[in-house]
Amino acid sequence: MAKNAHNKDLQVAHPETSHAHGEHHPELGFWRKYVFSTDHKIIGLQYGFTALFFLLFGFTLVMIMRWQLAYPGEAIPLIGWLFSEESMPGGVMLPEFYNQLGAMHGTIMVFLGVVPLAVGAFGNYVVPLQIGAPDMAFPKLNMASYWAYFLGGVVMLSSFFVPAGAAKAGWTSYPPLANIETMGQTMWLLGMVFLITSSLLGAINFLTTIIQLRAEGLTFMRFPFFVWAQLITSFLLLLAFPPLEAAAILQLMDRLAGTSFFMPGGLVVSGQVMDISGGGSPLLWQHLFWFLAHPEVYVLILPAMGIVAEIIANNTRKPLWGYKAMVYSVIFLGFMSFIVWAHHMFITGMGTAISAFFQITTMIISIPSVIILSALFLSLWGGSIRFTTPMLFALGFLPMFGIGGLTGLPLGLAPTDIHLHDTYYVIGHFHYVVAPGTILALFAGIYYWYPKITGRSMNDLLGKIHFWGTIICMNFIFMPMFIQGLAGVSRRLYDGGQLYQFAQPVLKWNEVMSIAAWIMGLVQIVFIVNLFMSIRKGKKVSDNPWEATTLEWSATSSPPLAHGNFETMPQVYRGPYEYSVPGNSRDFAPQNEPEEKVSAA
Amino acid sequence: MSDSTHAEDVKKHVRIYIAVFGALAALTVVTVAVAYLHLSIVPALIVALFIASIKGSLVAAYFMHLISEKKVIFALLIFTVIFLAVLFVLTISSYHDQIGGHIVP
Amino acid sequence: MDIPYTVTARPDTGVYNAKVGIWLFLASEVMLFGGLFSAYIFLRIGAPAWPGMLGGQLYKTSFDILNVPIGTFNTMVLIASSVTIVMSWASLMMNDFGKYKRYMGLTILCGLAFLVVKAFEYNAKFSHGLFPAEGNFLAIYFTLTGLHGLHVVGGIIVNSYFWGPGSKMWKTDPKRFTNRIEVAGLYWHFVDIVWIFLFPTIYLL
Repeated sequence: MAKNAHNKDLQVAHPETSHAHGEHHPELGFWRKYVFSTDHKIIGLQYGFTALFFLLFGFTLVMIMRWQLAYPGEAIPLIGWLFSEESMPGGVMLPEFYNQLGAMHGTIMVFLGVVPLAVGAFGNYVVPLQIGAPDMAFPKLNMASYWAYFLGGVVMLSSFFVPAGAAKAGWTSYPPLANIETMGQTMWLLGMVFLITSSLLGAINFLTTIIQLRAEGLTFMRFPFFVWAQLITSFLLLLAFPPLEAAAILQLMDRLAGTSFFMPGGLVVSGQVMDISGGGSPLLWQHLFWFLAHPEVYVLILPAMGIVAEIIANNTRKPLWGYKAMVYSVIFLGFMSFIVWAHHMFITGMGTAISAFFQITTMIISIPSVIILSALFLSLWGGSIRFTTPMLFALGFLPMFGIGGLTGLPLGLAPTDIHLHDTYYVIGHFHYVVAPGTILALFAGIYYWYPKITGRSMNDLLGKIHFWGTIICMNFIFMPMFIQGLAGVSRRLYDGGQLYQFAQPVLKWNEVMSIAAWIMGLVQIVFIVNLFMSIRKGKKVSDNPWEATTLEWSATSSPPLAHGNFETMPQVYRGPYEYSVPGNSRDFAPQNEPEEKVSAA
Repeated sequence: MSDSTHAEDVKKHVRIYIAVFGALAALTVVTVAVAYLHLSIVPALIVALFIASIKGSLVAAYFMHLISEKKVIFALLIFTVIFLAVLFVLTISSYHDQIGGHIVP
Repeated sequence: MDIPYTVTARPDTGVYNAKVGIWLFLASEVMLFGGLFSAYIFLRIGAPAWPGMLGGQLYKTSFDILNVPIGTFNTMVLIASSVTIVMSWASLMMNDFGKYKRYMGLTILCGLAFLVVKAFEYNAKFSHGLFPAEGNFLAIYFTLTGLHGLHVVGGIIVNSYFWGPGSKMWKTDPKRFTNRIEVAGLYWHFVDIVWIFLFPTIYLL
């Protein structure tokens, strides 16, 4: 990588690309063009719509859970009849069904919602355009990656309909509980194998594309920050996911072949000693699981940071403050994220030496996150800020991610974690990172790149209603979780803590959180209407409506769909964020415009 | 292999491939022979892993041409090796540092 | 506009796309087998005896339960196949398509021989009532060699395609076809390396 930074002046020849695109691509039929497409933009949109569906579905699951938490044991009004007698007799939720909803909410939001939207959708649509590439390096692999994801989603959804329902052991699937689970857990593992395969294929494709298909003159230090974020994210997916795949294979063996990889001997289930050989270790699963799942946190957050960086630079009309520091931070962050995982396991009987190691690395990893967040805040300083809809979401991301990050510190230190572990405080912490953090940034990205995709902009008023409704509701949902968690309320209680004396003073928040969640559900209707209505009715805009500098805006809006992003391979002359350069004719200097064209003279 | 590899170079390579095959076969015989001595576990482990590492390196260096590969490939592999080491070392050392001793199966 | 560097190397990185892609894939495979090996170590250091009690009988060493000569033979077969596949690539570099066909054919045969021997080994275990569920030694043995076997199967399928229908590309685009054989070879060598580590750690220690 470092080598390429020196190659600024290297003239790269493009023998294959000298002729303009067009004639030699025959018109594709409907199926090849829109369903089994190999074009990165179509695949990006497929990922986007599928992931948005799963986000909505996962959110629906939690809206049903929140009824049970706010009004335990009461029949759900209006929709209670939709569910079978095994899950909700008379509309009253059974504990088993509550556990299914909880496990599947986590799984769906992380693996089927946020990651596919952040990496699959934005990565696919935007990265090749931002680096001036005609497509991804391996278009067929890209298609395979989407369809593996789709199949994984189908398997996960269908697990609700197998006997005894979907997985109930939480999104972490800890054995021995997960090993003695019903068939839904096997479906969960199969679904995960599909999803992991999809992520691996995607990661290989992104890395190859970014390394090999950069436009002429686009050195690594001229990358938009979003490309850097996707590059590191792909590395994390590539190297962290396989150990979980290994663990999933071992758990499948435990469940199907009767092995004892994760099962100690002498386990008693329902009053009967289990007939297994024993000798396994549940801790082994936790190590292999968190070896993925901690880097996964950065997979969730880095693309969001990338989106926010793009939008902030564009809407403050000035360069990012500390671009280089941000790049080095994101590399360091990716590296460190591999050596902090056991801070999820402080109360598993871990000794003091190893726990000290993981506490130290956890404190160290907070430094690059703070550098990136500070750089984004400082970028606002002295800017002439345009409060567009994407900018509002990006600005909302900053304090929300800040809260999420800072509340993580007590969880990274063993003494405080022992009290807070498995309480609602943990739920509050990671939801602040992922929901008001990442999801706000993803909304920002949708509003920001929508004109590139459709040639029209989304409605501004509806966008602002969506923003304010979402951010206010989110805080009413997640802030009380800190209060409940500090009081000691466990995260897995089916009745929200009714039976515990110490929980009584904080129980009233359950109703507040639930009502906020349902209002937030209503607010999302505004977004859905805006998203679909603007395809036809949105205001028509130019190719570069935000007056941005990065390469994707030099391609035409809704670029042609068969591997043809640019008329000719773009040539890059400068860094990504040259806004308001003194002496230039305009306040932005696109990366692909030669010096004589941007200067005032 | 770079584009500049010519038929002449390849002929030289072929001789190397045969030599490497001989080395791999010999090392396999050695590692099995040592195993029949039934050494105690620590020396046996050291010998077996040492020989396996040499064999693996020979395959990677000569059959997979890593010895003349480009920097970009090495950059990718270095991170892989580091994280693989991390996975081994931290998982195993956390096994050895548990409150209340080890898990008894 | 076509995708650049599918055949020729990008000047500043010096490699073509598929080579970056296959190495990335192999990196993820290293982590996959790394996860399984670390599980093996984790379980083994916690075990009071290895292989230990299996099917009501105490085994003191892996020699008592696995057939080392057959394992050694299979190691030799895989090493030989690694040589033949790299020779098939070298033959293409020297413009000798007939030799390529012979070497690639030998590689496929070696792969099949490996699987046949493996099947006999499995069958010998099963017929003695030694199933994965009997204990962690057998669980590890079957899971690791089974997953490795699946990789061999995958490799044989890819190699057979390049030996048969896929080899038509030699006539239309010889440079690209040679690259494909190099990439297939890289994968096949990796499968060999995995076995080079699997064999001593499971059979000999």
